[in-house]
Amino acid sequence: MAIPDNVETTFLLGRLNWDAIPREPIVLATFAVVLLGGLAMLALLTRYRLWGWLWREWFTSVDHKKIGIMYMVLGLVMFVRGFADAIMMRLQQVMAFNGSEGYLNAHHYDQIFTAHGVIMIFFVAMPFVTGLMNYIVPLQIGARDVSFPFLNNFSFWMTTGGAVIVMASLFLGEFAQTGWLAFPPLSGLSYSPWVGVDYYIWGLQVAGVGTTLSGINLLVTILKMRAPGMTMMRMPVFTWTSFCTNILIVASFPVLTATLVLLTLDRYLGTNFFTNDLGGNPMMYINLIWIWGHPEVYILILPLFGVYSEVTSTFSGKKLFGYTSMVYATICITVLSYLVWLHHFFTMGSGASVNSFFGITTMIISIPTGAKIFNWLFTMYQGRLRFELPMMWTIAFMLTFVVGGMTGVLLAVPPADFVLHNSLFLVAHFHNVIIGGVLFGIFAAINFWWPKAFGYKLDVFWGKVSFWFWVVGFWVAFMPLYILGLMGVTRRMRVFDDPGLQIWFAIAGFGAVLIALGIAAMFVQFGVSIMRRDQNRDLTGDPWDARSLEWATSSPPAPYNFAFTPVIHGLDAWAEMKAQNAARPDAPYLPIHMPKGTGAGVILAALSTICGLALVWYIWWLAALSFAALVVAAIAHTFNYDRDYHIPVDDIRRTEDDRARLLAQGA
Amino acid sequence: MSTTYWETEPHHHEEGASTNIGFWVYLMSDCLMFAVLFATFGVLHGSYAAGPGPQDLFDLKLVAVNTAMLLLSSITYGFAMLSMAQGHKSATLRWLGITLVFGLCFLGIELYEFNHMIHEGAGPQRSAFLSAFFTLVGTHGLHVTFGSLWLVVLMVQVAQRGLIPANQRRLLCLSLFWHFLDMIWIGVFTLVYLLGVI
Repeated sequence: MAIPDNVETTFLLGRLNWDAIPREPIVLATFAVVLLGGLAMLALLTRYRLWGWLWREWFTSVDHKKIGIMYMVLGLVMFVRGFADAIMMRLQQVMAFNGSEGYLNAHHYDQIFTAHGVIMIFFVAMPFVTGLMNYIVPLQIGARDVSFPFLNNFSFWMTTGGAVIVMASLFLGEFAQTGWLAFPPLSGLSYSPWVGVDYYIWGLQVAGVGTTLSGINLLVTILKMRAPGMTMMRMPVFTWTSFCTNILIVASFPVLTATLVLLTLDRYLGTNFFTNDLGGNPMMYINLIWIWGHPEVYILILPLFGVYSEVTSTFSGKKLFGYTSMVYATICITVLSYLVWLHHFFTMGSGASVNSFFGITTMIISIPTGAKIFNWLFTMYQGRLRFELPMMWTIAFMLTFVVGGMTGVLLAVPPADFVLHNSLFLVAHFHNVIIGGVLFGIFAAINFWWPKAFGYKLDVFWGKVSFWFWVVGFWVAFMPLYILGLMGVTRRMRVFDDPGLQIWFAIAGFGAVLIALGIAAMFVQFGVSIMRRDQNRDLTGDPWDARSLEWATSSPPAPYNFAFTPVIHGLDAWAEMKAQNAARPDAPYLPIHMPKGTGAGVILAALSTICGLALVWYIWWLAALSFAALVVAAIAHTFNYDRDYHIPVDDIRRTEDDRARLLAQGA
Repeated sequence: MSTTYWETEPHHHEEGASTNIGFWVYLMSDCLMFAVLFATFGVLHGSYAAGPGPQDLFDLKLVAVNTAMLLLSSITYGFAMLSMAQGHKSATLRWLGITLVFGLCFLGIELYEFNHMIHEGAGPQRSAFLSAFFTLVGTHGLHVTFGSLWLVVLMVQVAQRGLIPANQRRLLCLSLFWHFLDMIWIGVFTLVYLLGVI
């Protein structure tokens, strides 16, 4: 068997014992804070009797809007964790010079850089992107929900379950020390014998189920649920980019799942896929994981390209320049993203011809991306620009992302990559595009759609404070890494010999502090906005004078989104309705058919999470039991045929009359 | 004003209209998982690590019988769907039952084959080739196992509630799943067994 006989296990708890609790003061202090904070929150929820409300209105809700908001909350919470990892690494690298070992030992430091990457990609960027698509897409296409509302709830809870597994590793055992993609043979049993890689595997597998199902769900939603008249070429650009993103999810996450299954078999059953002996081939893992991994980065960025398109046209007061070219550029990127995976390891030694092919395909991607940049610039050209927060983030994105894109083209040249591979230049490059592209886009989107989701605008002053700290902080934190990378400093280093490098790490560390202030200002912005919400109410449902259908509803939209299904005659449906003075229809309302909430998603995801944790710790009885319970619960759920209800006409009339009053008040 | 911007007439929204295409998309994602396993097998098919190869291990006669079981189960599932279309509940259930028997026979033969190989010292740990073989064929077998479980559940549901639209939709999804597994098996049969032995 693969699992070595010398691992001490007990029947009841597998390999879980007292030694699994980390003794490091940093971790213990964190644990104490999390424990106290968690207990305080539970106490408050109990004190104000919010459990029933949370369970009924949120956890078991199948409303795509609530699920979207829950995804955003998950992303925000995990972002704090991921950023804590980042600032710890920055501090370590500033300190560890002139013979100093810094304050983190190798075991701890290696877990931190792994956790940082895993959390930021899978549990920050993905929930943010999925949450946005969940909230916005059905509204933009004039639908009342997604195609499979229950599946949507289940997907969210699976993503959360994965996050729970990864977070549990902080206080029980260890996380992987392998880097965020867990390359074998390092991630194999011989070099990573304890629970770290297993936490990684099961965390990602549980979350991956959620991501794949949510991808299928949104893809079908866009195909089948569009309002009458909305042809593919009349869809808003955000919906288009979401469509392509979900194609990428459905066509790439199964590869990740299968690859991780093979690694799991190597670790649990002793197969030889990626081992050094008995015919195994570690490079196969690296190929497979990047066949998922490269599309993944486009899964992250494409929806944000959609956000920038919506924001640019709204705040330029014009329709988007080059809609058709924007759509085809998106499709080009979608296809090309599958033809470049090998550029992540030109150094594999696959030869000049193979490397040239993948180098050239990589450079070709910059053409459709460049076309998008020009489309945004031409949209702004001669537009009536309003520098509101979403537009500021968009302009910061354009300036930042172009630099990141150009360093990407540099890395795409194989001979250059042989020098820069695995260096801090690469680290600077992908932070440049992920922070400057994905995160700035998320922030633009949060500022843009917050009034839609909650009915009031975000505070501008604190938004600007956050913006400037973030943007300046980003440049200060990452430009030194380009320089260090060009000097040959490799990534994931814990201590340094050359004292001449320290100044650059100090500058980068200072940048990270600026970013921390930006994050703090953002939370202040949320807090201030919530407190002053009555001064910033959005009565019209269309606070930015925007162009797509989500702004045709009230803010926040009614559970059924639209009392009557909109009929679409062209691009920018809402802008056209406004231009034509299309009246809001009132009576006669009809009962609206909606899906019922259900707790099944929470239960199934909880069982999956327990199963994952049991497998991490070799608690076989619990794994078998929770898996059996999972199958039984899933079957039981299929015996429930009573899954929908009708919203009565009276309720709709009351909601719509309230809206009419607000509109009159706003006018 | 001639153009209408809101649909105020009542219209019938067909229930479960997205299920079919949703299940198709799911199947395509599943197909990609198999694509990875096939590719893995393709890379590792010669990595015997001085252990046994396909010539030593595969019994084509047994595989032929096994293939026949699965293909027959697909035909009988087709008959079940025809009965469903005619609204014959008991005939549908009968054909589903026969399908289940063929499916279980397939699984039984596969388990026998696996067991035999492991006892000969050719288990999944022996070489990368065998790891890839057991994983590809075993994943297909796991799919058939879950398909069979699903089949039993659907038989109970059809027996309880009859051929209502929801159940018809479910039978159609399982039908797609079942035929999909057939096609995967034809790939396995050709690439793993035939190419291995020839």
